[in-house]
Amino acid sequence: MTTENKILTSELKDQATKIMAQYDQPRSAVLPILHLVQNTYGCITCEAETEIAALLQMPIVDMKEIVTFYTLFRSRPCAKVEFNVCRTLSCMLRGGEEIIDHLKEKLGIQPGEQTSDGKFGLHLVECLGACETAPTAQINESYVGGLTKEKIDQIISGKTK
Amino acid sequence: MNPTNRLNLISQFFSLTDAHMLSVYEKLGGYEMAKKAIREMKPDAVEAEVRKSKLRGLGGAGFASGVKWSFVPRDSGKPIYLTVNADEGEPGTFKDRYVMERAPHLLLEGILICAYAMGIHKVYIYVRGEYLGPIQRLREAIDEAVAKNYLGEKILGTNFNLEVVVHQGAGAYICGEETALLESLEGKKGFPRLKPPFPAVVGLYGCPTLIHNVETLSYLPFILQEGGDWFAGLGTETSGGMRLYSVSGHVERPGVYERSMGITLRQLIEDAGGVWRGRKLKAVVPGGLSAAVLTADEIDVTMDFDSLRKIGSMGGSGGVMVMDEKTCMVRALYTTMRFFGHESCGQCSPCREGTGWVARILKRILDGEGRVEDIDRLIDIGQFMGGTTICALADGAQMPLLSYLKKFRSEFDYYVKHGCSLVESEPAGVSN
Repeated sequence: MTTENKILTSELKDQATKIMAQYDQPRSAVLPILHLVQNTYGCITCEAETEIAALLQMPIVDMKEIVTFYTLFRSRPCAKVEFNVCRTLSCMLRGGEEIIDHLKEKLGIQPGEQTSDGKFGLHLVECLGACETAPTAQINESYVGGLTKEKIDQIISGKTK
Repeated sequence: MNPTNRLNLISQFFSLTDAHMLSVYEKLGGYEMAKKAIREMKPDAVEAEVRKSKLRGLGGAGFASGVKWSFVPRDSGKPIYLTVNADEGEPGTFKDRYVMERAPHLLLEGILICAYAMGIHKVYIYVRGEYLGPIQRLREAIDEAVAKNYLGEKILGTNFNLEVVVHQGAGAYICGEETALLESLEGKKGFPRLKPPFPAVVGLYGCPTLIHNVETLSYLPFILQEGGDWFAGLGTETSGGMRLYSVSGHVERPGVYERSMGITLRQLIEDAGGVWRGRKLKAVVPGGLSAAVLTADEIDVTMDFDSLRKIGSMGGSGGVMVMDEKTCMVRALYTTMRFFGHESCGQCSPCREGTGWVARILKRILDGEGRVEDIDRLIDIGQFMGGTTICALADGAQMPLLSYLKKFRSEFDYYVKHGCSLVESEPAGVSN
C-alpha cells in the first residue's frame, strides 16, 4: 500500500534520491534534503518532516531533533525580505547594534517578528563570516556589508516599491 | 625565517579576476602539483614533505598535519575518508570563504594531493549553511574538474579515483568541532563525540577519517612545489609557513592578510592600516572569539600557535579582532558570552548551564542591575567550565571570560558600582 506524498512529489523525490546516492549511508542526506524541501516550500512543515523521515527510514523523533537543532530550518515561511543581522563581536564593534535598533524602529517589529504584511522580517544571527565588511547582514540569500542607517533605508524603500 | 613576513601564496588568487575558473587557474600553473604527485611521486614521499613542512591545522586546533596523517591506519580493511571542515563559524574568521569563493580549484588540488597520499577515494566538504556563494563556486569547480578528469574515475590516466561531494550545513557553530561535524554528516544533530577513539581511527561511518580545514589543504600544492623544508622556513620553529589572518574590528583596512607565522601582532595590526580614526589600541582577540583577549601591552607576541599559547591565549582560527580605546569591555564580553550561550549544544551541564548563566549575569550588569558578588561568581563559573566537558566549546568560552575579567577588572567593578560604563557615554542596557 502506498499513501500519496503531498510534499515529496515525484520530481522532488527523484532529486532526493540523487542526493542520497552521494552518501555511503542514506541518512547523511537529511540536511541537504531538508534544504531542498525548504527551498521549494519556504519552510519545513510537520508533514514534510514525516515524509522525509519515512524516505530516509529514520525515526520521526530524530527528525524533530534535527529540525529544531539546526537554526536554518524554519517551521513557517519567512518574510519576503528577511534581514538576518549579525550581532557578534566584530559587527558589534562597528555599529551593528545601531543597525539593529534602526531596523526595529523603521520596521516597527522586534527580532524574530515580521511586519503585518509579511513583507519584512528581522532576525538576529551570530557571526556570518563576513567581519571584514562589518556591520553585515544576510538579506535573503545575499550578504550585504558596510551597513549604515542610510543604506538600510535605501534597501527598505527599494524593496517597498 | 622570512624577512618581510609577506608572501602571497593562497592570497595571490584573491585579487585576480576569474581565478575561480579552471581555465584561469590552469594558466597560473594550477593542478601541476597534483599531476606531479599522482604521476611521479609515491604516497610516502608526499607524506614526508608534509611532515617536513611543519604545516599545522589552520582551522583552530593547530595540530601538526603530518602527525595527523600518521595516525590513520592504512590496513584496517575499511575505506578512509577525507572530510574538509569548511564550517567556518569561529567569530572573526572569514578566510576560508575567500579561498572557496576565489580559489576553489586550489582547495580541490590540495584535496587531490592529500587523498592520493592517503589512499582516499571519497571526500566530503562540509560548508556552513549560510555560505551559499562559496557552495555554488565549489560545485561549479568540481564539475569543471570532473570534466577535465582531475576528479572522477582513472584520474589523469592513472588508476586513482576520487569523488568530492559538497555538503551544506544548516546553522550550528558546534558542527565546526570535528566530531560534531561527523555526527552532522551522518545525519544527526551535532553533538560532539567522546575522544578517544579519535576520528583518524574511528571517524565517519566508523571508518578512519582525516579532517582538515580548507586553508590547511590549500597550502599542500605550494608545499609540493617548493618543498616541505622551504615551507617550514617561512614560519617559526614549530609552526611552518604562512597563514591567512582575518583582521576585523577597529582597524582601518579589515580583510584577509597572508603573513608568516612569525609576524608580530603589532605588525599585523599595522598592515591592516592600524587602529582606526587615529585612536589608541585597547585590546585584541588574536585567534577567534574563543581566544583569550590581549591588552595593548601584549602585542609584540609573534602569531604562531606556541608563542600565543605561552602568553595564555591561542592562535586558533587566525581571526584577529581589534578593539580601540572607546570599547566597553563589559559589552564586548557580554556579546562574546551570549554567542557561546547560544551555540552551546547542550550536551554537557557545565557548558549548557555555565555559558547561559554567564551571559545572563553579564546582561544584568549591563542593565545596571549588577551585584557586587557578580564578578567573583562569574570567575567561579568560568573556572568550573574548563576541562569538564566533552568538547572544547566550554574551554573556548572560559578563555575570554576569565581573561576579560582579569585584564579589565576595573571596568567591570565600575559598571557594577555605577550601573553604567566607564567608557561609554550612551545609557546602560542592551537593546537586543
